[in-house]
Amino acid sequence: MIRFSRVSKTYPNGVQGLRDVSFHIPKGQFVFLTGHSGAGKSSILSLIIGEQKPTTGDVRVSGFPIGKLSPKDVPRLRRKLGIVFQDFRLLEYRTVEENIGFALEVTGARRESIPGKVIRVLTQVGLASKARVYPKELSGGEQQRVAIARALVNDPPVLIADEPTGNLDERATRGIFQLLQQINGGGTVVVMATHNLALVRDTGYRVIELKGGAIVYDSGVEPAAGATS
Amino acid sequence: MRLPGRMREALRTFRRTPLLSALSIASIGFSLFTIGLFGLVALNFRQTLSGIAERVEVVAFVLRGTPTEAVTAASQDIQAFPEVLDVSYVSAEQALDRARKELVEFQEAYRDLETNPLPASLEIRLKPQFRDGDGARRVAERVRAFSFVDDVRYGRDWVERLDRLRDMAGVIGLVIGLAFAVVAIVIIGVTIRITVLQRAGEISIMRLVGATNDYIRGPFLIEGVLKGLLGGLLAVLMCWATFVLFRQSTGDLGASLVFFEQTHLLLIVVFGTAIGLMGSLLSVGRHLRHV
Repeated sequence: MIRFSRVSKTYPNGVQGLRDVSFHIPKGQFVFLTGHSGAGKSSILSLIIGEQKPTTGDVRVSGFPIGKLSPKDVPRLRRKLGIVFQDFRLLEYRTVEENIGFALEVTGARRESIPGKVIRVLTQVGLASKARVYPKELSGGEQQRVAIARALVNDPPVLIADEPTGNLDERATRGIFQLLQQINGGGTVVVMATHNLALVRDTGYRVIELKGGAIVYDSGVEPAAGATS
Repeated sequence: MRLPGRMREALRTFRRTPLLSALSIASIGFSLFTIGLFGLVALNFRQTLSGIAERVEVVAFVLRGTPTEAVTAASQDIQAFPEVLDVSYVSAEQALDRARKELVEFQEAYRDLETNPLPASLEIRLKPQFRDGDGARRVAERVRAFSFVDDVRYGRDWVERLDRLRDMAGVIGLVIGLAFAVVAIVIIGVTIRITVLQRAGEISIMRLVGATNDYIRGPFLIEGVLKGLLGGLLAVLMCWATFVLFRQSTGDLGASLVFFEQTHLLLIVVFGTAIGLMGSLLSVGRHLRHV
């Protein structure tokens, strides 16, 4: 699904984001990316979503070679990924259902098919009753659920979540995490960057820890701790 | 791309940011208005010049004693020249009559003449496109070849001066017109760029969920076209209002002023629309390349 082979990333300003990073995430896995700010979590995610290209090495996501991605391929890649951010990134002048329907419209879905899909995914995240509400009338946890619903509505095989609970209180954090677990239970790969170590502990999911742009720990390659869902 | 959906999207922007939209339309409108005003001045100047050019004619003086039939036959030949609009024969008597009437200062001198000092002549008027130095000279040279022609005059000096004035006015008009157009395009480009930047967040979200560049561009282009169209209409309206006010305040002088023809007006609106489209295309394109 996602494969990094000896990937390094140096930004134009000289900052080295990643150093010789290799890992493979197979179908159906739930992976935590951990580490302090600047450790390289965001660099990995931005390579996965095709926002950046590797300086050296090879990145493959759902068969797309990121290093050789043409601008035309980027939208095709994005449609195979669900992406969720810490700051939700919802369009505030659109209702919840419009925010989600928008992601379908963009991909050229038939207009008649949109409402059904939107309700299905809103039910999945537990917000079916809030379809006609605007984002600012919702709590942070609810807004993140809308963002997750938007990420899921195209049935992507991979869900990328960059600090999805970073702005949420503990209760909302638990709720979002459970939702991501459910989604993973349906077979979707979930890659979640977080520095909430309390959340990571005891889940049994694979953890990739980064420091200074390099992988310092990967539970997935250790025979004793190779927990996958 | 579904047009109704994209159209609704574009109209939504007008509702969401009425002030910015009004500002864009006004800036397009005022820029085109400036060009329009300049165009009006140029148009009226050209009109005046062509009024003067109408007086460009070639006069062939006929040798004394030439039979009228010979002159009439020749005038038919001259009439067939491609440059010639019409030819009229002025006999010596008619010339004297005219001189007595028109040259009041010399009335005394003309009254007591025993013989008519004025020759008969052919007055040759030229078609509008040949009313310049070259056209007049060509006709004059050919007319001079007729045996009964004594002398040919076409007011060479002032015709050539008129030519130079026309050339100069054309160049100055083109330069100033182009400068105004460039300024207009820049102003319009900037206002559209502000709109794009204001919606940068939205564009990044669109890209995140897999929108193609064409999809993102769509509403901006429709918006640009609409703003350009409205700006163009506004410019036409302002030009008309200014023209009417100016004509009213200048009385007799203003009565001879002319306004744009329909094709000119259409051109202003089409130009506005094209600028709106180009402005959006450029600024959205630039933005998409940089994010």
